[in-house]
Amino acid sequence: METMMTGNHAQSLAAKLARVQVVAAYPITPQTTIVERIAEMVASGEFPAQFLEVESEHSALQACISAAAVGARTYTATSSQGLLLMHELLHWASGLRVPIVMGVVNRAVAPPWTIYADHTDSIAQRDTGWIQYYAESNQEVLDTVLQAYRLAEDAQVLLPAMVCEDAFYLSHTFEPAEVPDADLVDDFLPPLVYPSTLTVDDPARLGSFMPPDQYMEHRRGIADAMEHAARLIPEVEAEYMRTFGRDHGGALPTYLCDDADAVLVVSGTAAPTARAVARALRADGYRVGVAKLRVFRPFPVAAMRALAAHVPRVAVLDRSFTFGFGGALFQEVRNAVQSPRGGPLVRGFVAGLGGRDLVPATIRGIFLDALAKDEPDVTWAGLREVPG
Amino acid sequence: MTRLTIPEPELMTTGHLACPGCGATLVMRYLLKALGPRTIVTIPACCWAVMSGPFPRTALKVPFLDCAFEATGASIQGLRAGLDARGVKDVTVVGFAGDGGTVDIGLQSLSGALERGVDAIYVMYDNEAYMNTGIQRSGATPWGAWTTTTPLGRTKAQEKKDLMAIVTAHHIPYAATASIAFPEDFVRKLERAKSIRGPRFFHVLAPCPPGWKYPPEETVKLARLAVDARIFPLYEVDHGRYRITRRAGKKAAKDYLEDQGRFAHLTDVEISEIQRRVDERWAQLEFLEKATAEVHG
Amino acid sequence: MTTKPLWAQTPSSVELTGSWRTFRPIIELAKCTRCELCWKFCPDVAIVLDGDGWPAIDYEHCKGCGICEAECNLRAIRMEPE
Repeated sequence: METMMTGNHAQSLAAKLARVQVVAAYPITPQTTIVERIAEMVASGEFPAQFLEVESEHSALQACISAAAVGARTYTATSSQGLLLMHELLHWASGLRVPIVMGVVNRAVAPPWTIYADHTDSIAQRDTGWIQYYAESNQEVLDTVLQAYRLAEDAQVLLPAMVCEDAFYLSHTFEPAEVPDADLVDDFLPPLVYPSTLTVDDPARLGSFMPPDQYMEHRRGIADAMEHAARLIPEVEAEYMRTFGRDHGGALPTYLCDDADAVLVVSGTAAPTARAVARALRADGYRVGVAKLRVFRPFPVAAMRALAAHVPRVAVLDRSFTFGFGGALFQEVRNAVQSPRGGPLVRGFVAGLGGRDLVPATIRGIFLDALAKDEPDVTWAGLREVPG
Repeated sequence: MTRLTIPEPELMTTGHLACPGCGATLVMRYLLKALGPRTIVTIPACCWAVMSGPFPRTALKVPFLDCAFEATGASIQGLRAGLDARGVKDVTVVGFAGDGGTVDIGLQSLSGALERGVDAIYVMYDNEAYMNTGIQRSGATPWGAWTTTTPLGRTKAQEKKDLMAIVTAHHIPYAATASIAFPEDFVRKLERAKSIRGPRFFHVLAPCPPGWKYPPEETVKLARLAVDARIFPLYEVDHGRYRITRRAGKKAAKDYLEDQGRFAHLTDVEISEIQRRVDERWAQLEFLEKATAEVHG
Repeated sequence: MTTKPLWAQTPSSVELTGSWRTFRPIIELAKCTRCELCWKFCPDVAIVLDGDGWPAIDYEHCKGCGICEAECNLRAIRMEPE
């Protein structure tokens, strides 16, 4: 059944369809309507979850972690400052190996205060051992939350996952989307069986204190789980396609890349704009393509290398900047595809920060720059001249 | 013929790594005896987080979840919600935290959980400083005490936070103080708490030999003196009604303070001032007991 | 790869904390009335009662803190150098 929904309502609907048992969340623009819709559905009885209106995001994630430790399927959502406040608990969730799914509405960070789209909040969590998806449509948000549970709860993964959507472009914009049939969702997503469920029938401790002779192996276990997640992502997508008749292209869906002279790697709502720009440039005789980075963690090394094998120039658009040598996506793409044996020319473009619109003209400019020039390594696109 | 005044079964194991004479271990031991095996405990960073020993050991015969330092209140809320969601109704959820993790960094999370009416028991074992990290002052450190961050020349200049007052301001059904020197009183209060739904809170004094600077064999004696000198009154607030559960002892504050190295530098003037405050607070407590008895009929 | 990372279930009693002692408690059962105060106040659960309520020290784990000697009202326990 198709209906109009915002990205936020896609999150709440997916949480309901997934039969989430515990939701703990704290309000922050532009996430608020996710939680408000969940509250309405809980009040009406159509979503029989325990709903905890906690007093901070830090507490929200701890409450989810503790609920997950006794075997409940959990959900939370946040944005920007709230995600930053949760940072300690993000490490806790992956370290404890609990399969929480969290909606993140990508919003730039303060100061100065802003409520607009930018990926700094979730990119700043790339070290925390969470699976990260970036969606470009509300349909994708809904489907991806369901896929995320399936992936996160796999016994060889057991990692938390975040499903990111751009502030306002998705969170508050209505798009048509198909609502999956609830029975089919139950087939796709059976009840959570959490192997380390704490129970009085078999008392144990979960957390502990680990001296140097064991800690490293625990961290390697998390890394192995991420690798396993990378292998499972296409299988989960295939299963989703079989069940619901659609998928979203795996970790790195490509468009017009087969014979491209330059490919733009981009995440989030800039991707459909980039595809429209690529079509227009093709009509003007340029051979360009778009590779959407849908999954940032685990980073799709194999897919990226396969793309790079036949593309001479790769431009990477970062909708965040973390003060390294280029943006985070640029660093990881370049690291994956370049070696002493060779690789494409990879250049980074920082754009769209703080909600600066990624209009077709900006993206067209990036493509043309990437086609014509070999340097610099990093360019800030669309930056205004500030009076000195 | 045995005359056990508290339940016999042990749900805490020996071989834990607590200092000899640790008061905090007795808090846990009595807590679990009273609540029994259908209990789940969540513990933040504190002495008790490391006492079990390294992975894969545990000193508890009940399930035990480590949680973040700030977040014990949120952790008990999550445990309760998760158990309720899975239809497990007869397991008691307990948050067990030190004073630092409760009155300072954990205060927001505790307050939130109390305000939301969490159906769980929160136990603060109070050794009056951040002991696990080596005796730094907390909001629960008493006035005048030496700690490593309030060393001689700059000893603690602020009063101990009255956490019972903060907790009772949330209108929870049950809150009580307890001392390891009076395990029967603690157990009775826990049994009362177990029969109530909603948030229940315990403030338990747990003397610490290295932190308070006294020989380990005096732990129980000091826990008793604290009560009998009215420095740590034993009382409960049951649905708003205050009840003192051990009447005024005859000991002076000086008797309690002079045995502890952390107070060795106090002058007679300072000790008199402490006595004055103890007398004042006791009078206030008696007044609350009388007033709430009248209000609650 | 373990199916239950961080699942800890070994009892802490594997640690023989008796090695920490510098003094050991000796119970004189002739003076003991089985009031169980020593059992009650041991922080290390290192005093065990037999079926008739007579206390015995678990010397593998007793840390020698001396609380039992201090609390015994009958002076039936004395701490001796280890």
